[in-house]
Amino acid sequence: MNTAGKNLLHSERFGLTIERLCHQLIEDWGDFSDACVVGIQPRGVPLSDRIHERLQVLTGNPRIEYGRLDITFYRDDFRMHDTPLAPHPNEMDFIVTNKKVLLVDDVLYTGRTIQAALAALQHYGRPQMIELLVLVDRRFNRHLPIQADYTGLVVDALDEAYVKVHWKEVHGADEILFFEKRQA
Amino acid sequence: MKQLSTRHLIGIKNISEDDIQLIFETADNFKEVINRPIKKVPSLRDITVANLFFESSTRTRVSFELAERRLSADIVNFTASSSSVSKGETLLDTVNNILAMKVDMVVMRHPAPGACVFLSKHIPANIVNAGDGTHEHPTQALLDAYSIREKLGDVAGKKVAIIGDILHSRVALSNVFCLLKLGAKVRVCGPPTLIPKHYAELGVEVSHDVRESLRWCDVANVLRIQLERQDIKYFPSLREYHQFFGINREMLDGLDKEIVVMHPGPINRGVELTSDVADSRQSIILQQVENGVAVRMAVLYLLAAQRT
Repeated sequence: MNTAGKNLLHSERFGLTIERLCHQLIEDWGDFSDACVVGIQPRGVPLSDRIHERLQVLTGNPRIEYGRLDITFYRDDFRMHDTPLAPHPNEMDFIVTNKKVLLVDDVLYTGRTIQAALAALQHYGRPQMIELLVLVDRRFNRHLPIQADYTGLVVDALDEAYVKVHWKEVHGADEILFFEKRQA
Repeated sequence: MKQLSTRHLIGIKNISEDDIQLIFETADNFKEVINRPIKKVPSLRDITVANLFFESSTRTRVSFELAERRLSADIVNFTASSSSVSKGETLLDTVNNILAMKVDMVVMRHPAPGACVFLSKHIPANIVNAGDGTHEHPTQALLDAYSIREKLGDVAGKKVAIIGDILHSRVALSNVFCLLKLGAKVRVCGPPTLIPKHYAELGVEVSHDVRESLRWCDVANVLRIQLERQDIKYFPSLREYHQFFGINREMLDGLDKEIVVMHPGPINRGVELTSDVADSRQSIILQQVENGVAVRMAVLYLLAAQRT
């Protein structure tokens, strides 16, 4: 599985990073009674699943709202791909009006995914505020003025490089892999 | 992601089973979209769609228009009765004039079979057939099969009886192609004068006994008698048609299983169906209409996605 990529973060530190992000959130937000966690489909969801689960345990609040947001129909690169963009299940059964929203994705790169997610979230009401949590921030390749509020790991790399997050439940191991060139 | 094998949706005959499954999977997502508080996504915001209706329509036109609006497309509506067609303009001229105004997709209903094929050979826009004469009505067949899949879990292996005026029905022909491609068993049932002989060659059973067909099937898709297309008498009277081929409550209650009743609309109550059948809980007629919007959104999305 990990043949060509350089491992930037493996399982033990990976878990610690997620734990640290949760504690940072608790420190900043304090009260989670009007909070909700929204993971971006598909790759943000394994992270948001864990963040949501750990936040509920750490805060002792088992009722933090949780949604999985599909942004396919909001993307600005529709028709720029060889094949149509495949949608994923959208599971948002609550309205975000007056809520604090934690938006979760695995890698922040150009910022376009987050822009689409913000557009999609507008359809679920007017939140009190939205903050962004990402596991990896590739800060040199932004196309839009979008920054993360909580970051697991910062990766500075050239445009042709590629960062991939693997998850125990999907790929068999928790790790962040770095490739010099995007794989075919 | 997979993509459609065609640039136009002219008929079910020339698309593959994979195409149909892709449309269904995409429609699942759009069904979720149209049940949200805000039922709109911006996918087709830079697309202009012309709805060209050379023949009357309620459901299909409203359904396409809603599908387009919910995908944020710009829309031009055109009906033949209020246009220059009545001044003698040809189809190609009409469409080329509309395309000159930068239209990307055309949804067309036309009384002439093959009108969409003709158009697809002459203009660059994506074409969606919304019914061409007695030929095909592909989106209706897709939403019918999608509704069966939703109700019964799968289409493959299910027995579907299409009952009524098969001869004049584009819905019947598209349904036969679609259901056979998805692995269903299909039977057509109606008076001998309203079933064309070539249907037996399509791989469907032919029956003239509606009670026996209801006993056989899992799903009964009931069609309207299209009097407006009948220039000669095919049966003595509507009353007699109802007596021999109409479906009533007592016939459904006499079956040893609960079958699903479908109708593409418009219903002629008291002719092909009685009201207590059309409004019964076995009927999924209104679910068909709801699914129509999701399926049409999927078709438009997948066709538009091919443009570069």
